[in-house]
Amino acid sequence: MHKLFVKDVEHVAWLAKLTLTPAEVRKFQKQLVKVLDYIGQLDKVNTANIKPTSQTTGLENVFREDRINPQEMLTFNDYFTVKQIIKKNE
Amino acid sequence: MNDLPLTIAETQEGLKKKKFSAVELVDAYLARIKKFDKEINAFITVSEETAYNQAKKTNHQLPLYGVTVAHKDLFLTKGVRTTAGSKVLQNYIPPYSATVVDRLEKAGCMMIGKTNCDAWGHGASGENSDFGSTKNPWNKKFSSGGSSSGSAVSIASNMSLVATGTDTGGSCRQPANFCSVVGFKPTYGAIPRYGVIATASSLDCVGNITHCVEDSERLFNIAKGGDNHDSNVKDGEYKSHVSRLKIGVPQEYFVRGMDREVEKKVFEAINVFEKAGLEIVKVSLPHTKYAISAYYIINPAEISSNLGRYDGIRYGGDRKNFRDEAKRRIMLGTYVLSAGYYEAYYLKAMKVRSVLIQDFDEVFKKVDALISPVSPTPPFKIGQKINDPLAMYLMDIFTVSANLAGIPALVLPFGFNKNGLPLGFQLMGPRFGENTLFYLGKLFERLSDYKPQIAKL
Repeated sequence: MHKLFVKDVEHVAWLAKLTLTPAEVRKFQKQLVKVLDYIGQLDKVNTANIKPTSQTTGLENVFREDRINPQEMLTFNDYFTVKQIIKKNE
Repeated sequence: MNDLPLTIAETQEGLKKKKFSAVELVDAYLARIKKFDKEINAFITVSEETAYNQAKKTNHQLPLYGVTVAHKDLFLTKGVRTTAGSKVLQNYIPPYSATVVDRLEKAGCMMIGKTNCDAWGHGASGENSDFGSTKNPWNKKFSSGGSSSGSAVSIASNMSLVATGTDTGGSCRQPANFCSVVGFKPTYGAIPRYGVIATASSLDCVGNITHCVEDSERLFNIAKGGDNHDSNVKDGEYKSHVSRLKIGVPQEYFVRGMDREVEKKVFEAINVFEKAGLEIVKVSLPHTKYAISAYYIINPAEISSNLGRYDGIRYGGDRKNFRDEAKRRIMLGTYVLSAGYYEAYYLKAMKVRSVLIQDFDEVFKKVDALISPVSPTPPFKIGQKINDPLAMYLMDIFTVSANLAGIPALVLPFGFNKNGLPLGFQLMGPRFGENTLFYLGKLFERLSDYKPQIAKL
């Protein structure tokens, strides 16, 4: 069995800024242990000298030309101009 | 209008011959939605006004003239609420549209609405939607599959002509399979994902769900290609298919414990191809059994990162609005990425991913495509697996490998089981091998005398 205790679930929830009730903590602890037990089978795959893959089509460092688009520039004394939304007499 | 056309070709021919107008098509689909959607819950939002506006603008010079489309509610649609199936975004109205939404609109499509889905694309049953489960139109007690549940159901029940979906681990293919329609997942990076709410970024693909392979191909041809907004798009060199095609049957996709009727039907499909003179070869993808484990490390890891942005400050509700499945995946992902576990889980999974890719690369030196089941079982009952996350994850066993390897896959409907529930099979190809898949799909439709079928509601 995978060792994932109630306090671990609480800690992970805290890291991820999730608020759980005590009942949820108990439920998720049971469910997550089952999943972690299952995915632990990856230990059986020999991955010595294997490089990790995160991008499957071989792209790396995709850049575009650094050109200024006049439509995206600040338009008035370094401010964006937008339509007036507050009426004058308010 | 009594008989709605079921393919793009029929639709455009009917329009050309003035059997009906684009506005009348919208009328007819909206009428069906009004009449039946309460029971099956395929739509989260119906965009009547947009549909009519676009119906007035569509014209016969456009490639998708008069095509009614339903978008999965993960696709941003300017001015039309987009929820991702989650209460976090229940009031979110996007200021811009996804590239794919724009491209389909410019090509002549009319958007009928936004379809229900498992929240954030997490699930294989439609039950994780915060807006209620989508029901299988062939039997409402059964799951529609997921996560593009509403997209598949809207096609199977004739509430739209075509639909978009996303496919991170089978989310277009499995619901298509459960609803007896065509489901397609392209090569990773073939279609821009700009404006599509992210599930797991190294796996996410924009796919589609249709009544026939030709329609799927037409949508793909409009949707594909770079947009300068998604830097993972690769304008790949699409392989043109060779004359003597070889189809591989990966033995690891026929496992003990899988449903007998599902298995039998795939072999029936193999026979259809064999009789037509295609060479069928037994092949092996030896690491298949590890795909689910690698997937359920990489997928939650990327989810925990992608859902980190929902803090309720800039837009959307706060993190209290996440429901069980999102919470589980955020926690699982946070855990496998945390100090001390990163190498044992995440790094290990990325290495196993490389091994799985090597399996496919080897096999595609010998064959042009692979044939397999889509799901180990036919549709299961709503409620049957929802309290057992691991059992639900295992439903993805035959679909996740294509996402891990970034290869395209096409799912075709093929008959029904003894309980009247849909069956079908999956074709997988090498990266940028879409042309071969569409060719084989259309060939199969011809050979099996395929006719699109609508579920009786």
